[in-house]
Amino acid sequence: MLEVANLEVVYNEVILVLRGLSIEVPDGQIVALLGANGAGKTTTTRAITGLLDVHEGKITKGTVTLAGERIENLEPSQIVRSGITQVMEGRRVFAELTVDENLVTGGITNTDRVSISEAHDRVMTMFPVLADRRTATAGYLSGGEQQMLAIGRALMSNPKLLILDEPSLGLAPKLVAQIRDTIVEINQSGTSVLLIEQNANMALSIADYGYIMETGKIVMDGEAAKLLKDEDVQEFYLGLHGDGGDRKSFREVKHYKRRKRWLS
Amino acid sequence: MSGLPLVLAANALDTFVQTLFKALALGSLYALLALGFVLIYKATQTINFAQGALALAGTWFLSIIFMDWEIPGRWIGGPGWVHWFIALLLAATATAVLGLIVERLTIRPMIGEPLFSMAVITLGLEVVIRVVAFDAVNTTPRILGIPWGAETFKIGGAMVAWSYIAAIGMAGVAFLGTWRFFKTRTGVAMRATAFDQEAALAQGINVGRVFAIAWAAGAALAAISGIFASMPPWGPAGLASRDGAFFAFRALPAVILGGLDSVVGALIGGLIIGFAEVFAGQYLASYTGVIGTGYQQVVPYVVMLVGLLVRPYGIFGTAEVRRV
Ligand SMILES: Nc1ncnc2c1ncn2[C@@H]1O[C@H](COP(=O)(O)OP(=O)(O)OP(=O)(O)O)[C@@H](O)[C@H]1O
Ligand SMILES: [Mg+2]
Repeated sequence: MLEVANLEVVYNEVILVLRGLSIEVPDGQIVALLGANGAGKTTTTRAITGLLDVHEGKITKGTVTLAGERIENLEPSQIVRSGITQVMEGRRVFAELTVDENLVTGGITNTDRVSISEAHDRVMTMFPVLADRRTATAGYLSGGEQQMLAIGRALMSNPKLLILDEPSLGLAPKLVAQIRDTIVEINQSGTSVLLIEQNANMALSIADYGYIMETGKIVMDGEAAKLLKDEDVQEFYLGLHGDGGDRKSFREVKHYKRRKRWLS
Repeated sequence: MSGLPLVLAANALDTFVQTLFKALALGSLYALLALGFVLIYKATQTINFAQGALALAGTWFLSIIFMDWEIPGRWIGGPGWVHWFIALLLAATATAVLGLIVERLTIRPMIGEPLFSMAVITLGLEVVIRVVAFDAVNTTPRILGIPWGAETFKIGGAMVAWSYIAAIGMAGVAFLGTWRFFKTRTGVAMRATAFDQEAALAQGINVGRVFAIAWAAGAALAAISGIFASMPPWGPAGLASRDGAFFAFRALPAVILGGLDSVVGALIGGLIIGFAEVFAGQYLASYTGVIGTGYQQVVPYVVMLVGLLVRPYGIFGTAEVRRV
């Protein structure tokens, strides 16, 4: 479905960030893209979704193809219409807008009333927390709720491919597990997923295939299950970033928070 | 009943009521003008210095449409004031189209360039539109055909100009309309764009279209406020004139006091400045020996400066400018 071939991206005409990156997201799969800080993961999403302009970035080589159509020169809105939506790094919900209004922006490319309300219903079912707070200002939601809103907002365009840029960042382990389940659910309903993560364990546990990138290039790729077992991967990624779903650490986080509240 | 309510009414209460309406009306005008600035600033982060010129163009359009072409009177019957309001809408629409053309030709190509350059471009536009429109206005006096002219009515002993009521009503309609618009899909897209342009792009919002709508709305508001500012007692005899255009800049203290990116700020800022100017003019008049004549004109700036000392980004302004 999505094919990124030999992509080269330069910022400000001088800073070369992607150096011949190639990845593929087959129809119906979850593909994980892993890499350390600064590897170029976010730059890759910008290149796919047409947001490089905003950052003075340019594709200088390579192609991005969706279902056989070249899309690297399209406007962001055309790319959303063609079926790719991303959940941006850092959630980026519209904090001054309500939950429902955020969802309206997500469905802005959709002009069919029925389809919009169906998408809205689906988001409400998927995230009951949001259903309770439809008129709440998004800025007042918790980090986890904001991440759910960001995902819900992206789903409003009924994407064929959903790109998530570090959705687990800054979330408590229990929430990470919830987001992970959500991604699986979205995928099972037929949406392909490109999951960008530093939390390799979480990503590989649900992905079909995985890519590992370093300084703008893919340095390793393979079946997710194989990558999970690979010694190098374990040492460099799994060891460093740990298991997000660990119960003990979650309780510790909660305990710490409660104590902090008591003390302050 | 004609003649303008001047400084003194029969008693203190009447004077107060008179001053109150005068202040509300001037505040409404400032708020209308401020709303035009704010809409464009919110969407594009540019202070549109061409608002004054667009205001002048708006008055000129009204005069052509209503007086010269007798639109819509040549087609339909009914009361004259209804005709006039229809012509007002047409003039505002014409100015909105002018705003769209201006945006497409000069602002759109500049997207991504430094904001300072954009502001300077609007200043250049101001000069160009103004020179053209001045010529048009100056060769023949441009009558606006305001239905109520300089007429007044009485509340108790207080004399109130119909222009005041019209300005207050117009501001009410404009702000209510803006508030309603912000709830529509397009309005939500505009607010989202104002908040985080990149995230708006990522949703598939056509940011260029949002800019265009903001410019059209801003230009229409400039036209409407320019026309109302040309009414007696503010403008001389209801003619399109330079004063209507310069008036736009008198609203800048209101915009800055309220906060450049806040619609509520435009309303409150406009009212505060209007009240300060009118009430200072009325009740400090006996101190002209100390503070000099013409001090009212300075009052808006004093209020703005004091306000900014307390709140540097305006009363309702956003501190950090969220831009990518
Ligand atoms: N607008 C920009 N201008 C110049 N350089 C940039 C820009 N954005 C990113 N970079 C550089 O490109 C490199 C890759 O950045 P990118 O944000 O794509 O990495 P990332 O893998 O998403 O990192 P993280 O895990 O921290 O989000 C970094 O070295 C970064 O400094
Ligand atoms: Mg990143």
